[in-house]
Amino acid sequence: MAKTRVIEIDPLTRVEGHGKVTIHLDEDNNVDEARLHIVEFRGFERFILGRLYWEVPVIVQRLCGICPVSHHLAASKAMDMIIGADKLTPTAEKMRRLMHYGQIMQSNVLHFFHLSSPDLLFGLGDDVSRRNIFGVIQENPDLAMKGIRMRKFGQQVIEATAGKRIHGTSAVPGGINKNLSIAERDPLLGDVDQMLAWAQEAVEIAQDYTLGHLPHVTRFATFNSNHMSLVRGDGALDLYHGWLRAIDAGGNIIFDQVDYRDFNDYLMEEVRSWSYMKFPFIKRRGNLDGWYRVGPLSRMNTAGFIDTPLADDAHQAFRQLTNGLPNQMSLAYHWARMIEVLHCVEKIKSLLHDPDLQGEELMVRGERREEGIGVIEAPRGTLFHHYRVDENDQVTFCNLIVSTTNNNEAMNRAVSRVAREQLSGQARITEPMLNQIEVAVRAYDPCLSCATHALGQMPLLVEVYDAEGTLVDRKSREG
Amino acid sequence: MAETFTFSLDGGKISAHPGQSIMEAADAAGVYIPRLCDTEGLKPQGSCRVCVVKMNGRTVAACTQPAKADSVVESETPEILGYRRDLVRMLFHEGNHLCPICEASGRCELQAMAYRLGITQSTKYPYLQPVRPVDASHPDIVLDTNRCILCGRCIRASRDIDGKNVFEYVGRGIHKKVGVNGDNLADTNVSIDDRAIHLDICPVGCIIQKGRGFFTPIGKRQFDLAPIGGEEKGHEE
Repeated sequence: MAKTRVIEIDPLTRVEGHGKVTIHLDEDNNVDEARLHIVEFRGFERFILGRLYWEVPVIVQRLCGICPVSHHLAASKAMDMIIGADKLTPTAEKMRRLMHYGQIMQSNVLHFFHLSSPDLLFGLGDDVSRRNIFGVIQENPDLAMKGIRMRKFGQQVIEATAGKRIHGTSAVPGGINKNLSIAERDPLLGDVDQMLAWAQEAVEIAQDYTLGHLPHVTRFATFNSNHMSLVRGDGALDLYHGWLRAIDAGGNIIFDQVDYRDFNDYLMEEVRSWSYMKFPFIKRRGNLDGWYRVGPLSRMNTAGFIDTPLADDAHQAFRQLTNGLPNQMSLAYHWARMIEVLHCVEKIKSLLHDPDLQGEELMVRGERREEGIGVIEAPRGTLFHHYRVDENDQVTFCNLIVSTTNNNEAMNRAVSRVAREQLSGQARITEPMLNQIEVAVRAYDPCLSCATHALGQMPLLVEVYDAEGTLVDRKSREG
Repeated sequence: MAETFTFSLDGGKISAHPGQSIMEAADAAGVYIPRLCDTEGLKPQGSCRVCVVKMNGRTVAACTQPAKADSVVESETPEILGYRRDLVRMLFHEGNHLCPICEASGRCELQAMAYRLGITQSTKYPYLQPVRPVDASHPDIVLDTNRCILCGRCIRASRDIDGKNVFEYVGRGIHKKVGVNGDNLADTNVSIDDRAIHLDICPVGCIIQKGRGFFTPIGKRQFDLAPIGGEEKGHEE
């Protein structure tokens, strides 16, 4: 019988939630398998039952402090369907879009500048005590300040549209509870051109890093996969609403223009005994070949173009790197993420000039339904909210497939790949290896908590088990 | 013109008519005494005790205690504020008052009172965490008694204004709760137009008008605009 050893990385750092990595070695100390365990259980899908449908957009956003707007809006879209609001007023739709662009902007900036830039700036072998946002502030205060102020701008957009920077309440079933006053709009208009300039710089930084470290980027956690996202009817990137499109590693369409309300016909979730996070896959490809990636990288791969000029130029440059084929590099997520920031700032600028945002028609209603499905492109990827509501207006069913869940298999693959490169032939966890596993996870997601709907920081624990299943090394780092 | 007399409230002179409660006289003089179970238009019942004051050294409920000539009434003293904080804290611990997800947030008198009294964190009491079924049977109204503070305002409004007796206390002691005159709300003659269902009657999020939650944006909710009891700033704990 083949013997294996297991290495665990627990806790993961600069990631929200709790994660554990176990690395199983064979008798020659080569990596047999690596698993990213999401060890918390939060249970939103259970305790939402019995609550009233209009409370849901406010309750479920508590899943996350980084992307509450995404949950708020996905749930609101589902509840639009429940109350038969099939077409929102222009003011409602545009307010929600503005909120969402602010959300993607602040979250992507947080992800890149606050959480990931220390890895990119200082390298993976650098002292862990320096590899954080404070290290960036010391080393490159100008860059850090731009990141902090861009995030602040995104949050100000959220505050103006949602009522609060975190956990606002403005999206209600059928629309929105406020418009954008001139007094709220003007300060944002005053800053938006500066944000546009900085967003272009951010794209350059991410692009230069990618192209400047191409041997590393093309090797590090790079693997072929399917990709999925919403796209607009004409194939453009659309972060708020659209149709599901999935492509394979060669860029061939698996499905396209799928009404997301039919997602259950196309996707399934697999449960594995060792993780609270499920493993979704494309039904027709099966669980072995049907897993896919979501998020900025996938969106750059699935979208035919971007409908804002600066981001579209950046998108074309991104696609040129792989000659128009899907980009499979985990580290290219960061470049894609900054292209999205640029797109969001362009969209925000355009919306701030739109008089519809001062409109007074905020809500609509239609024929009541029992089932509601809302899908949105959240910062980390496609986010599904699915509910059933009874005749008394109480929720009887809830299923959430969050972005991190969609990327579950991909994150496991990324961790396995890094572990194989870094660890094979030795049974000890080295600092660079610990760092690289974190970097791989962080390229996808700093938010493991919402995937299991768990609360708190995300410390990383790594454990190595030998061929007999004995723990031979263990390193942990607090989040 | 009816005969008047005066009494002292925290050192100020307040005029009162015979039969007026301390609270009525204070209200007429523009001096706010905190309260939860009492509200304009309903007969006071003195159950929440948040309006506790000392009259000539004795603790009384300002909403039911008749004002007395030449009496000395203390309200905003450290001792009285301490009593009020404890009373309000206990209300938070008896029910499930999850302000972040409650549609009454921003217009909730319990929440506003906590802010006024400087209660900003959980306290020494255990949370009882009641698990009572939410009654959503009525097409327009929901009753979530997990949030009830037993103020009885709905009971009095339904009985004294609507003439319906839809609500009543049931049970005793710690098991006391608000029940309805039927198997559930749909089984009663309650209507969305009843005074008892008006948003200013239930001081918390126990009685809800269906499908209107979160319609008022943050910043424009009742207590976003002005704190409970007027412009006075909250007390530091």
